[in-house]
Amino acid sequence: MISRSIAYLALAGAVFAGAVAAAPPPKAAVTISLPGDAGFAFKPGSGVEGAQRYCLTCHSSAYVSTQPPLTKTQWTAEVTKMRKAYGAAIPDDAASAIVDYLTATYGKS
Amino acid sequence: MNRLEFLASAGAAALTPDVTLPMENGVRPIAAFPQKRPLIVLSPRPPQLETPFDVFDGDALTPNDAFFVRWHLAAIPQSVDAASHRIAVTGAVERPLSLSLDDLAKMPTAEVVAINQCSGNSRGFFAPRVPGGQWANGAMGNARWTGVRLRDVLDRAGLKASAKQVQFNGLEKPVLAVTPAFKKSLDVDVARGDDVIVAYLMNGRPLPLLNGYPVRLVVPGWYATYWVKMLSGITVLDRDDDNFWMKTAYRIPATPNASVEPGATGFATVPIGKMNVRSFATNVADGASLAAGTIALRGIAFDGGSGIARVEFSTDAQATWHEAALEPEMGKYGFRRWNARWDAKPGTYAIAVRATANDGSVQSNASIWNPGGYMRNTIETYKVTVA
Repeated sequence: MISRSIAYLALAGAVFAGAVAAAPPPKAAVTISLPGDAGFAFKPGSGVEGAQRYCLTCHSSAYVSTQPPLTKTQWTAEVTKMRKAYGAAIPDDAASAIVDYLTATYGKS
Repeated sequence: MNRLEFLASAGAAALTPDVTLPMENGVRPIAAFPQKRPLIVLSPRPPQLETPFDVFDGDALTPNDAFFVRWHLAAIPQSVDAASHRIAVTGAVERPLSLSLDDLAKMPTAEVVAINQCSGNSRGFFAPRVPGGQWANGAMGNARWTGVRLRDVLDRAGLKASAKQVQFNGLEKPVLAVTPAFKKSLDVDVARGDDVIVAYLMNGRPLPLLNGYPVRLVVPGWYATYWVKMLSGITVLDRDDDNFWMKTAYRIPATPNASVEPGATGFATVPIGKMNVRSFATNVADGASLAAGTIALRGIAFDGGSGIARVEFSTDAQATWHEAALEPEMGKYGFRRWNARWDAKPGTYAIAVRATANDGSVQSNASIWNPGGYMRNTIETYKVTVA
């Protein structure tokens, strides 16, 4: 393996004289383990079940909790974007309840 | 399994005490994700990790383990085999290709130092605030990228005369099949630029998986949205890309400075492109207390690739400006470090930093506003007390 790499580098150096000297591309298989949502959760409140059921499908609660306080109009726009642009399958009544939860918990009037 | 056990087994350090970013609702945990030092967690899933700003007071090249992380879609491969990874080159080409990293190794090497900055870096400082990822100023980093020129890849495939844009996608997948896959496109003339590279090394090392291992696109001068990670597909289009991530997302007002009046609607938009000029002090923080005497000020400046012509600082609320000394540049796309000395008497001061780029653009006090929260580059100010 080592001798092959050296032979290969020599070949590359000969063919591409003047190219930047650099390490070769990686060959390894890399595995990591992401922590999921550990340590993050929606605040309790009326309607939190809908947020947990639908919002958490695609992203952590931090997508919500780190926002500045948003108006009901703004939260409605966000939920609509999730449904229309990203395809979240949130029924109308559930979407309405989620907007109310977000506005009451992470919003402003 | 409790949270700490889970984090330990997942290879992530336990959450350490929170940091509070200087914005409403700015409390964030700090955690070490795989291959990363402890960073500011904007979201754990998809991972969005901000670089603590004091890192930028160190070397002009941002360490790989401190480099910010931003993914759009949560189905990110957590295991990637470089040996079996392929980049498919298809579409309006004469010879469709399936390139391995070994194939790239046989091509001429290209290298560039370039800043990777999120389009929404500093979004949390917009006034009025806008929804979106609430970054402070740390969604950026500067690295030496090594790989091959994208142009060489495209030439190997042979662009057809009808080629108009080049579309890129990676291994990042949406959770829901109906969610638009993350794809970004560049005009052919941009894609064929001298400095656009398919990079397999970052500061001389393999990329951290969270920064796109084993290979990502590097588009110097352009916002990070185009720097597709875990690059697996290059599709040459004979039309302008109309996918969601080009046609709807990452659009800026087609106005000077990408700015509109807060609340404005109905304005024309264009895809975001090159970065605007910015500068920061890296060794003074807003609210700092400093000792009277000669104070060393230093920081960084950059733009979208014309290079930095001048950095000035003010200590009297911008009544007078003084030129800072620039360190040698690492190409036109990297952080340009600046240094200055200030003989400070006791008092309270507003330090300001202003950069001018070689293309003549200069930072101003006018705050850019657009509903996406993109391209903030207002003059940075730091209120300090000298005693």
